[in-house]
Formats: sequence, C-alpha cells, structure tokens
Amino acid sequence: MTANELIALALTIVFGALVSGSPLLFATVGEIFSERAGVMNLGIEGMMLVGAMSGFAVWFKTGDVLLGLIAGMAFGALLALLHALITITLRADQVVSGLAVTFLGSGLSSILGQPYVGQRTPQPTPIVLPIIEQVAAQQLALIIFGLIFAPLAWFYLHRTRPGLNLRSVGEYPSAADSLGINVYRTRYLYVIFGGAMSGLGGAAMSLITDPGWVDGKTSGLGWIAVALVIFAAWDPMRGVWVSYFFGLLRRLPLDLQNPALPLISTANNPSLGRLMDMLPYLATIFILILGSREAMRKRLGSPAALGIPYVRGERGL
Amino acid sequence: MTEAINAIEMHSIVKRFPGVVANDHVDFACQVGEVHALLGENGAGKSTLMNVLAGMYRPEAGEILVSGKRVVLHSPQEAIAHGIGMVHQHFMLVPPHSVAENIVLGLNQPRFLLNLSHIEEQVAALSEQYGLSVNPRAKIWELSVGEQQRVEVLKMLYRGAKVLILDEPTAVLTPQEVEVLFHTLRDMTKRGHSIVFISHKLDEVVAIADRVTVLRRGKVTAANVPAKGTTKAQLAQLMVGREVLFQVDKKKAQPGDVVLAVEGLCADNDRSLPALRNVSLQVRAGEIVGVAGVAGNGQRELAEALTGLRRPTAGKMTLGKIALDRHTQWLKLGQQLAHIPEDRAVFGSVAELSVAENLILKRFYRPPISSGWSINASAVRQNADRLVVQYQIATPTIETPVRMLSGGNLQKVILARETSERPYLMVAVHPTRGLDIGATESVHKLLIEQRDADTGILLISEDLDELLSLSDRLIVLYEGQIAGEMPAEGADIHTIGLMMAGAKADA
Repeated sequence: MTANELIALALTIVFGALVSGSPLLFATVGEIFSERAGVMNLGIEGMMLVGAMSGFAVWFKTGDVLLGLIAGMAFGALLALLHALITITLRADQVVSGLAVTFLGSGLSSILGQPYVGQRTPQPTPIVLPIIEQVAAQQLALIIFGLIFAPLAWFYLHRTRPGLNLRSVGEYPSAADSLGINVYRTRYLYVIFGGAMSGLGGAAMSLITDPGWVDGKTSGLGWIAVALVIFAAWDPMRGVWVSYFFGLLRRLPLDLQNPALPLISTANNPSLGRLMDMLPYLATIFILILGSREAMRKRLGSPAALGIPYVRGERGL
Repeated sequence: MTEAINAIEMHSIVKRFPGVVANDHVDFACQVGEVHALLGENGAGKSTLMNVLAGMYRPEAGEILVSGKRVVLHSPQEAIAHGIGMVHQHFMLVPPHSVAENIVLGLNQPRFLLNLSHIEEQVAALSEQYGLSVNPRAKIWELSVGEQQRVEVLKMLYRGAKVLILDEPTAVLTPQEVEVLFHTLRDMTKRGHSIVFISHKLDEVVAIADRVTVLRRGKVTAANVPAKGTTKAQLAQLMVGREVLFQVDKKKAQPGDVVLAVEGLCADNDRSLPALRNVSLQVRAGEIVGVAGVAGNGQRELAEALTGLRRPTAGKMTLGKIALDRHTQWLKLGQQLAHIPEDRAVFGSVAELSVAENLILKRFYRPPISSGWSINASAVRQNADRLVVQYQIATPTIETPVRMLSGGNLQKVILARETSERPYLMVAVHPTRGLDIGATESVHKLLIEQRDADTGILLISEDLDELLSLSDRLIVLYEGQIAGEMPAEGADIHTIGLMMAGAKADA
C-alpha cells in the first residue's frame, strides 16, 4: 500500500465516522435539551424508528429527500408530544413512559413500514473531493449541518435567555416558576424538540447514511444516544465528540473489510469483525454502568430535577 | 410626627387549604420605611399571608392595596411589578448557575441574547450601592448561605422591589451574619424601602422591628405593636396564647463513664469530598454534648458516621467497650445506640406504617415482639399502648399510619422507639426543627429526662438558643473540624458565632 492510499483510507474512515455519527449526534443533542429541561426520554429509539420509517415513506411517495427529513422530524415530534403529555401533564414515571413510547414507535414503524421493506432507495448525488474522490453530496451536507448545529445548540443553552430558562427548569423548577417561567410549557417545548431531532436522526439514516428501510432499522442507536447524553455530561459540544467516536466504532468493521490491510482486515478474520460489531454496544453498557451511580451522575452534572415531575407548591424541587 | 404612609395594606384576607383556614380575615399593613415583623408559631399562617401578598397564592376573600390603590395579584410577576418582592425561606436560586444568571432569570429584558459581562457590571454596581457584597460571576453553590441570601435580596432589588418580604431570614445565618443582615435592612429602610420580617424568634423581632403584628392559628392576635417597650414575654404570650418558660428546667449534669469516644474521625460527603477532618470527641454518660455550626460543616456526616449510615475514611469510634467499625452489626446495637435523625419523615419513620409498627422497628426481631420468625401481634399492641401513654403521643389509634401525625407527635413516636430501652448513647439531630413551642418543650423535657437516666447525648442543632439551654458541653464544627469546645454554662454567643464562621478559639 502506498502512502497516498493509506491517507485516502484514513480519510475515508474519518468521513465514514462523521457520516455514521451524524444521526447519533442529532438524537443525542435533542435528548440533551430534553434532559436539561428535566425530562428523561427513553423513547428516543422509538422516535428514531418512526422518523426513519415515515421519512422513507414520504421520500418514496414524493421523491424528495428534504421532505422526507422534515416528515421524520414531524413524526418524531408527534411521538415526543405523547411522552410529554404522559410525563409532564399526567406526571407519570418518565422511565416507564419512555419504554412504552419506544415499544409503540417500534411497533408502529414495523407495521406501517412493511410495504417499504426492500424497496428502491434514494440515490446519492456523487461529488468529487480531493484525495478521497467520490462522496455523496447528501452525506457531506449532513456532516456540515451537524458541525454547525452542535455549537449553535451550545450557544443557545449558555448565552441566550430561552437557554437560561431551559437550564433553570431542569435544575430548580420551583425557582423558575417563582420568576414567571412556565415550567410545563418549557418542558413540552424541549421534549418535542428532542423528539424532532431523534426523528431527524432516524430519517437521516433511512435516507442518507444507510439508505433503505428494514424493520428495526436503527438497531439500538436510540439507546446509544441515551447513554451518550451521560457520556457527554449533558453538554452539546461534548456530544459532538462522543457521537463521532461512536460513529467511528460503528463504521470501523465495514472499513476494515478492505483486504488490502493484511493484519487487521476483518475479511480474513470474521471473529474480529463480529467483536468490532459489538463495540458500540459494549461501550454503551460500560457508560450506563458508570452513569447509573448517583454520585457519578452528580459529578458529571446531571440536571438536579431530571426525572421529577413538577407540581407547583410541592415539597422538594 | 407626620402621618406615615402605608406601602401596602391587606384587608380581611381569607386563605383556606384543605382542612385548615390558614388566614382567617387577617388585616395587615406595612408603612413606608419601616421594618414590620410578622410574628407567629409554625403553622400560624405567616408565610401563607405573605405568599398571598407576593402573588404566590390567591386569597379566597379580602383585598390588597399598594400605595393606597387596590390591586389584584395573579402571580409573583404582578407582585414584583407593584414593587413587592419576597425572599423565601428556601432560596429560589439555581445552584449551578452564576449569580448574574440567577438575577436576570425570568426577566423580559434582554429578550434573547444574554450579554453576561454587561449584566455582571450592573449587578456589581447594585451590590455596591446597597452594601450587599457578592461576586456576580460566582456560582451559587460556591457561596455561603449568607451570600446566597444577599443574592436573593439583590434579585428583588434588581427588579425594583420597594417592599421586601423576608421569610425567616436568620434561620440559616451565624450571629455575625445576622448582624450584617440587620445593618443592611436598616440601611434599606432609610432609602425608603419597607421590610416585612417573618419570624418566630422573639429576640430578633425585638432587635430589628419597628412594629410587630402577631398571628396565632390564622388570626391576628395583636396588630402594629411598637417593638420598643414591648418585652419578649409579652410577645410570647401573644404568640402562644399562654405563658412560656424560656429556661429549660434542669439539674446540673453528673457525667459518668465515657460512652462514646471518637478519635481522628474522617469521612467524605455525598460528593466524595472530605466533610469530617480528624474529629476527636468524647461523650460521657449523663451529659448532653451540643454540636454547633452553620449547616453543611460536617454535622450530618458526623451523625451518619456514628450511626452506621456512612462509612468513615479514617479514625476510631468506640461505644462503651464496643468498637464501631466495618465489622459492627448495627442492627444488634439498636438497644445501646439511639438515633433521632434529621429528617423525621424519611429516615426516622416509615410514613405508611402504623404507629404500632413504627414503634417496633428496632426490636421486631427479638422477644417479646418476635419469637424467631413470627411477630407476636398482641406484644406489638401492648408495646404501642404502653409507649403512647408514657410518651403522651396524640394519635387517633395505634393503627394510624404515622404520616397522619403532626411533626411533634411523629417526633415523640421516634423518641419513644429510640429511648424506651435506656440507650448508652443518643445522637439527636435537629430534634425540634419545625416543631411548635409546645412540642419543642416536651421534646426538650424528654431529652433532659434521658440525660438524667444516664444516657450520653450528642445533640446536633442549628438553633443556638436550644444548644445553650440544653447542653452541658458545646463543640463547634467548622469545615469538618472542631473549631472549639467549651462548657455550655456561661458560654458567650459571640465567641461561638466567631468559631462557627471559622475564627480560631485562641482569644
């Protein structure tokens, strides 16, 4: 292998990591907003699935990828609205509701998505970049959007009034309430926003990063996003690094099938490939074990009111 | 003297909660430039009345006048728009956010972008103007309680409050911090602000207030009494409805053998930061050792380490002849070690279990309550019947869940369970917090009786008056270390205050 080929391979891997990390980034940042407003949403996986299925269906009928992405956002948001209703207005347990919403989302996408399994898929528009030559324009656009979106999300959280309101509602809702901030409305808004971003992540998968619809398309990515929120310590900027890192973990087994890499090629060593397929999930389990320790969560900066329904005038938060 | 103008007036306010009338046709008025104390026991309706004035609660009847004009306040924002701001007992500050962020939270201006450095300058200017020094960039959790209170006051001033309501503002302060606060309050009244000072502490009311209004069980028992020339005894009678003894009746202690010896104890807090540093102390049989200190200086960790709820990182603890360490079977120690925990409802009792069941939580596994694996129901009933009489617990039946009991009666249930078997050592944490004067008196009496029965008592409290009147010896904790130790008799409250604030006891 020549030096140029090696560089090209490395760049391909990096590009692949950014592409496959992008849907994860959207879902993670969406969940960061939701959790910083005080609502844990374990329904991310369901919202991503619904987003992926509805996005694909809309593209299939109209042929418009952008419209598909918007549809994915809309349906993700709709499912999140259900979660918001159950947890904020009806004050049910956020974990139970999140799990139920995931079941609902995966069931709905499985039934309604049946006609689209194995259908034709959106064709990427090739463009030529230096060194790595051909990439899909849609994938490049996705990466650029993610790279702009995350810093904007950080700025919104830390340097604007709505961001301050959002953080306050998740830390100490009765203080926010006493100063006239509508805790319920704020939480609704960001739970729905989180759902929309998850839906977008799902639609980006079925339309751009990995085109096509199959049952269970997101293969647990929503759960990884939930774990990444802890890993990112509820900070959108750290969310960028951890999402791309997991993108890399997901991508590596594919890239390493290249038989030109004699030692580490998974083509010659199937067990290594399987092991690498497991990596993102193993890492997720590891993060969740760390994150399940109350003391560790506090040190990482978990929002103080996370998981606690707000009732005006009640003891506690 | 010219006719003083009322900054605010409240007429015939009625506020009901399920089962109680918190305010029963209450009238209240506060003049411009005065400190008006609102005095009453816990549950007398002081905070409710002021929450009505601050727009938190809507009254069922009555009217509110601001500068003579009738207003209807639907929310705290409308109250503050009329210049009424309230500093709650539990601070409404977001701990991880900065002072400046907390001060501008919920305002309309600026609408979107927050230019924090500009806001910080404004806050610094305001704090300079009122002598409320605090760093606007600091995060709330980094500040002392006194500083946090200043942030709350600044937050209201930043919003243009003319009438400032302070709900039990001194409960969390050292005596020195109280002096600073009083100085600030007087300064503010000179600038035309009015202060409503909610309290149940008579000394403070006499010290700071111009006039006093007293509430008892939701009704005004005395209105606009000038504080000058009124004695504590008169106020107490108005507040409680009967005469009150301020001195706890007790004989001189007869300390016996050492029941608790602690040497070089270190422990971490919940954030894994050192909370106790090398604490050594002794408690003898038949004495009460009081632990003073501002909240969060290691008191909770000390109580938890002694009762087995927190594992120390270093040090030795000995109860009588038994070493308390990782091999200790804490359950078996129950008879020797009594614990009156800080939070009655969470750690002290099981809310859903009955009075009778709560009373056997420390002896359910041994005779006569249990013979092996079953529980003897009639023994449980006998035990409860006996203790309810002995400790004068007011409960409808012994089958009533303890969550239905008042704070005072719940505390008696806990005391009955913990002390009826003559423990060597009792660790009591804030035993009278939130109790009314009557219940406080009976808890104090029980503690003294227990002491006279030769129990060694470690009493942790934030109420200095309580510590001084009950304790035989005092220890002051500051940042997890013992800042000083002295006999309680003749102890100087000023010196204790300095130690609580970290000054060394070398003077």
